[in-house]
Amino acid sequence: MTDTLHVPILADMLAEGKKPDVLFWVGCAGSFDDRAKKVTKAFVKLLNEAGISFAILGSEEGCTGDPARRSGNEFLFQMQAMQNIEVLNGYDVQRIVTTCPHCFNTLKNEYPELGGKYEVFHHSQFLRELLKAGKLTIQGGAFKGKRIVFHDPCYLGRINQTYEAPRDLLKALDAELHEMGRCKKNGLCCGAGGAQMFKEPEKGDKDINVERVEEALATKPDIIATGCPFCKTMISDGVSHSGKDVPVLDIAEAIVQAGDLS
Amino acid sequence: MAAQLAFFILLTAGSVVFAWQVQRLRRGLAMGRPSERNDQPLRRWKTMARVALGQGKMGSRPVAALLHVVVYVGFVLINIEVLEILVDGAIGSHRFFAPYLGGAYVGIIGFFELLGVAVIIACLAFLFRRHVMRIPRFRHADMKGWPSKDADIILYIEIMLMSALLLMNTAEAAMDAEAPVVVGHWLAPLLSGMDENSLHWIERIAWWFHFAGILAFLNYLPRSKHFHIILAFPNTWYSKLSARGRIPAMPSVTGEIKSMMDPSYVPDETAVPDRFGAKDVSDLSFANLLNAFTCTECGRCTSACPASITGKSLSPRQIMMATRDRVEESLDKGESAKDNHLLDNFISRESLWACTSCNACVEVCPLNIDPLDIILQMRQYLTMEESAAPAPLNSMMSNIENNGAPWAYPQADRAAWINE
Ligand code: SF4
Ligand code: SF4
Repeated sequence: MTDTLHVPILADMLAEGKKPDVLFWVGCAGSFDDRAKKVTKAFVKLLNEAGISFAILGSEEGCTGDPARRSGNEFLFQMQAMQNIEVLNGYDVQRIVTTCPHCFNTLKNEYPELGGKYEVFHHSQFLRELLKAGKLTIQGGAFKGKRIVFHDPCYLGRINQTYEAPRDLLKALDAELHEMGRCKKNGLCCGAGGAQMFKEPEKGDKDINVERVEEALATKPDIIATGCPFCKTMISDGVSHSGKDVPVLDIAEAIVQAGDLS
Repeated sequence: MAAQLAFFILLTAGSVVFAWQVQRLRRGLAMGRPSERNDQPLRRWKTMARVALGQGKMGSRPVAALLHVVVYVGFVLINIEVLEILVDGAIGSHRFFAPYLGGAYVGIIGFFELLGVAVIIACLAFLFRRHVMRIPRFRHADMKGWPSKDADIILYIEIMLMSALLLMNTAEAAMDAEAPVVVGHWLAPLLSGMDENSLHWIERIAWWFHFAGILAFLNYLPRSKHFHIILAFPNTWYSKLSARGRIPAMPSVTGEIKSMMDPSYVPDETAVPDRFGAKDVSDLSFANLLNAFTCTECGRCTSACPASITGKSLSPRQIMMATRDRVEESLDKGESAKDNHLLDNFISRESLWACTSCNACVEVCPLNIDPLDIILQMRQYLTMEESAAPAPLNSMMSNIENNGAPWAYPQADRAAWINE
């Protein structure tokens, strides 16, 4: 495994007369947030490893508009959506994979009525397909016998009913998968959704991420796994707040670490 | 004859008042924008059958589900007896159907009596949960005052109605060893030693109490959270059927943006609403208002809400109760309340901004009520009409506007991570 990542830009690829099988929608967090960038790179490593033909939009990608829409700014949301749809349709994109459940939800459920119809996958779904097809092997070594608890991102789990894809991948790590009482459709939000990520919480008794992390830590995990850049930030901050030292990893990062691909 | 006259006067009064109540409710619901949810009728009937009739979402809390189903089935079936009450009251007969049904009649009445006992037990258990176990969702701040009282009143009414039914049958059994009842005979020894005349009076008073009680209950319903026994059906029919994470696009905005991107595009001017988002109940949809009148105030939503759990002022149940209260206020006070709005007078900005849009409230609601939809429409009003989003959200949005990301990084650097 080489250290260099192979990340084609869609415009360049098409200029060479090649067409990728899938577009990787990196998202704003995946592009700019330090913790999320690690997830982006881990996922690219897995795509490279599996020999998937993919591309990213690079500087032609723009925020899907999710946080604007959930802040009540329908105008800004639709501006973003229309611009992105123009780019995507211009390149005749058919399939999209993303590591962000918010992008996933918006692309999948909110773009169609504005003219953007694509087959959209969350990376957990995409990786599970690769695993099933034998294109991706997951090594359990490093995680054997470790206790992993999975935090369901609201926009992946309850909102898009994707509970098993991330869990199937974690099980393939040979780890002991543990569940919190509030999981799957009853999963408790990390506190970031609905644009909360970008503002201070209203006054209350406690921060939501602290409440969630207490529940996660009660399962005595060696690792807390999740599948959303914002959940990753909130849960990591919650763990630091608790003074504990439990790594918080995206599924893609866990797979990369297990295979010693990093 | 006098009894029949009294019966008709009571029945007419009860029905007229009820009809007026229903009319009032319709006026309330009509304050909202018309609903577009008239598509996919088959799926809508199925949702109604599963969620309302079949109690499909109650199972996640098995104890409450069991108690609830007893009261629900009890209520529906025992009300079949109302048919006989009406016939008896109208023509002055006593147990009109008994001679026609024979042994089956005794079986049916016995079954109703047993159900009545079960309903009383279930109602007592409900009171126990509210007052002795003090289950948190019933004691949350938004339940102070009327909502808690309403819940108790309903339970007391049910207990009294069922007790009247049993007392009536018991008195009859004490007078007549052949009376076509079952549980009444088991309980009859309790009334032994009373003379025939007193028993007769007890039986009559219990009958009248039961009859008048039903009418009173019928008219209490529309003022109470208990109207869900009827509204659950239309409400689930109007459920959101599209993807859970989808916020519907505002057509007027789509038109405007299309004409910005393509100058030859002519937007439909009639699609422009008076107001973006919702400031008052008249900006909400019919389905939102129906949700508010259907809410049983059970608090499952609030007990699942991350904001409520961590002590924020937001409670999704309060959003629903406030919406209903505001409609009721407009109905009762009309003009004199026209300067009030749902926003600020009934729902605080602080609670609206505390929502994470996690959908937990929608998921757990046993009646498919959607508090999030109201919250988001009110945020649209705040942001698009008043530019009153919290400051950090305004900066996030200007970043998106200027450089296509919620943070201040240039769009040109979006792929910079590759080489870091
Ligand atoms: S969607 Fe909003 S109101 Fe509903 S449970 Fe989540 S945070 Fe609470
Ligand atoms: S909205 Fe639904 S869950 Fe919430 S209190 Fe009303 S009925 Fe219960």
